Amino acid sequence: MSTTKKLTVTVLAAALAVPALAACGSSDSSGSSAGKSKTVTLVSHDSFAASPAVLKAFTKETGYTVHVLKSGDAGAALNQEILSKGSPRGDVFFGVDNTLLSRALDHGLFTPYRAKGLEDVPANVQLDAGKHRVTPIDTGDLCVNYDKKYFADRKLAVPRSFDDLIKPEYKNLLVTENVATSSPGLGFMLGTVAKYGNAGWQGYWKKLKANGVKVVDGWEQAYNQEFSGSAGGRKAKGDRPLVVSYASSPPAEVLYAKPKPKTAPTGVVTSTCFRQIEFAGLLDGAKNQAGGKALLDFLISRKFQEDMPLNMFVDPVTKGAKMPAVFTKFGAEVPAPETVAPGTIAKNRDQWVKSWSSIVL
Amino acid sequence: MAVPVAFFAVFFAYPVVAIVGRGLKAGGVWQFGRIGEVLGRPDILHVLWFTSWQAVASTVLTLLIALPGAYVFARLDFPGKQLLRAVVTVPFVLPTVVVGTAFLALLGRGGLLDQLWGVRLDTTVWAILLAHVFFNYAVVVRTVGGLWSQLDPRQEEAARVLGSSRFDAWRKVTLPALAPAVAAAALMVFLFTFTSFGVVQILGGPAFSTLEVEIYRETAELLDLPTAAVLTLVQFVAVGAILALHAWTVRRRETALALVDPARTARRPRGAGQWVLLCGVLAVVLVLILLPLGVLVDRSLDAPGGYGFAFYRALQSQGAGGGTFLVPPVETIWNSVRYALAATVIALLVGGLAATALTRRAGRLVRGFDALLMLPLGVSAVTVGFGFLITLDKPPLDLRSSWILVPLAQALVGVPFVVRTMLPVLRAVDERLREAAAVLGASPLRAWREVDLPMVRRALLVAAGFAFAVSLGEFGATVFIARPDNPTLPVAVARLLGRAGELNYGQAMALSTILMLVCAVSLLVLERVRTDRSGEF
Repeated sequence: MSTTKKLTVTVLAAALAVPALAACGSSDSSGSSAGKSKTVTLVSHDSFAASPAVLKAFTKETGYTVHVLKSGDAGAALNQEILSKGSPRGDVFFGVDNTLLSRALDHGLFTPYRAKGLEDVPANVQLDAGKHRVTPIDTGDLCVNYDKKYFADRKLAVPRSFDDLIKPEYKNLLVTENVATSSPGLGFMLGTVAKYGNAGWQGYWKKLKANGVKVVDGWEQAYNQEFSGSAGGRKAKGDRPLVVSYASSPPAEVLYAKPKPKTAPTGVVTSTCFRQIEFAGLLDGAKNQAGGKALLDFLISRKFQEDMPLNMFVDPVTKGAKMPAVFTKFGAEVPAPETVAPGTIAKNRDQWVKSWSSIVL
Repeated sequence: MAVPVAFFAVFFAYPVVAIVGRGLKAGGVWQFGRIGEVLGRPDILHVLWFTSWQAVASTVLTLLIALPGAYVFARLDFPGKQLLRAVVTVPFVLPTVVVGTAFLALLGRGGLLDQLWGVRLDTTVWAILLAHVFFNYAVVVRTVGGLWSQLDPRQEEAARVLGSSRFDAWRKVTLPALAPAVAAAALMVFLFTFTSFGVVQILGGPAFSTLEVEIYRETAELLDLPTAAVLTLVQFVAVGAILALHAWTVRRRETALALVDPARTARRPRGAGQWVLLCGVLAVVLVLILLPLGVLVDRSLDAPGGYGFAFYRALQSQGAGGGTFLVPPVETIWNSVRYALAATVIALLVGGLAATALTRRAGRLVRGFDALLMLPLGVSAVTVGFGFLITLDKPPLDLRSSWILVPLAQALVGVPFVVRTMLPVLRAVDERLREAAAVLGASPLRAWREVDLPMVRRALLVAAGFAFAVSLGEFGATVFIARPDNPTLPVAVARLLGRAGELNYGQAMALSTILMLVCAVSLLVLERVRTDRSGEF
């Protein structure tokens, strides 16, 4: 009894030393975003990345230091923000895409703000142009990628459309992701919804299923294990020459290969694309409103927009932002990507996912 | 007692109750009708069924495969034993994302089995079960073996002298003494497999879903808090039932054991039987544990232009064109170690105090607390993470964006290990020794230092090793907790795997290999840390 008490005292003394011990070297994260309005906090998902030099340039221009907080994938990060609505963890949230936009807006997550320079952003990506609660930052296309070597070796024509994928010559060649757990998977499904309409898309998937589409849980596994055209897939002896991935995947295959190949090992079926648009917004209840607004202006400035592609493998939205050479040389132009209105997605999403699961799984 | 209780109230009970309440309350009124609604859904029932039976199967399989290993590690002496003991513990702390990749390379298409016999096990339940054994082998070897190595072999010898057969002696002497440790190990394995997340997702494919996966989906992706709350409650009840059962078995079996120095109990193998057993165990370790780890190493070295360290060199740069991180990936190692050290200290403090308090007192309240300490293992990371979000949001406890949240969450998972490892040994310390010390004039603290500490030192080290290793590989909670841009190693691996391109894949494998080595080395160091005070009793 008294032993425990004495022990407790000893241990408490030791406990006080813990923060001191662990704080060695982790002083860079000063915790809360309160206090000094010299810091502006950007809350985002795990995929956010920007070159340190570019963030330093922002600090030089405006005097604000950017503090980045990441928490999970796009869906998890947004939902955490919804849960902490009213007392947000930061000033700006980056990374809500068109498939989740309605949920964010319905919860009243953002304070309207019209970013400086918005006139250089095309109207077709401004999905909240009336109120400016969110600002479009980047776009990315989800498309079927193909393994060039596979089709060349067999003298088989590369599929050119959604319709081709259900033809017998492409039986057992496609791998895609689970719609319920993966955003590329969801995007591909939404692409088919846009293409075949609310009445026809389920019939299309039944045919796709009959044609041997393989479904795995996430993009990593589909792309790095099952797909025969990626570096990881080649090592894992993947045997599916068609995969649902991004239009920016071929440039990545080139960029991260040594030695650099003359042409990308993979290509994009550009008529099977669904466009994702990512937005950022000023959080309702942000402690540093002025800093948040400055950051939003900066996110659509050419400096940040040109830095984005190589960090996040997405396309800039601002007119005049130059794409890196590796993208222009190895990437694919997607002339007419499929889209579905955010409101429609929000309304039907759960139902669509459920019926997709019952058809395919 | 006060410290662990406070710790659990603030960092576990309050956040979890808050998030469950958020799901089950509408307009300030509890809506218990929702429980029935959710549990009536056929898809949910299917998930419950699958979760339960795969956990039972995994546990049985793990015990079958690992108990001989526990014996060999406890009782036999062979060269390289310490190294091997550290190695078998490595899987336990690897992030599931890495293990999934390794197992796919073994069991999947074009994997080793496929090449040898044309067998493919991925997207079957066998892959899940095998991965579970891979993960939990060390749990059994360390918890059971740790105690087994300290049981006095002379007791069994005495029984033999008195005419028992070898098997009878083992059954009547050793087995009852081991039972609590076996029960504890089985319970842990069951808990881990019952709440399995990454393994099921990666190896099972979309056809299999466990309760944990479902809770994650409902919370993080769909924001369907009512359903998530019901499922969390179900998990609570299930885990609570297991823990109650466990507490009951332990109470029935607890006796003061005569513990001896483990160095004296291990011997060179004698006789054909022991040699066969040793070789068998080594073969199992080789196939089940070293092979998957070897695949990772192989892929991390398999750089374009022949074998070499190209991927490792790439880790030191920020990647082509800026790359994924603001810091070179190599720095994530230091981040992880720092977090893990903090988490270990917290877990040892809280767990050590709790274990001491639990040994000293009996009573229903204390026993309840014992079970409570285990609950974090049975509650999904996403529930805790999201609970933090809605509870720790006001000063003085606005920790939502503080670095300390990560080690705190990791320590939650570490504490049960510390308690489980320390309790059997602490409880086995004969009370009369303490009394004797007191009679001879030692203060309670001194009595603890002179009597308990030497006996539990080893358990303490094992506990520290576990807590550290668990924190190092912890992925679930760390992902949801907002953290400044200094990712831990597992998070970095996941991020690298999430990008196209050979260098990224290679770097992910290289980082995984480094994580493996860091774990192995830290566990090895713990194995070596022996003070010269042992062998006195």
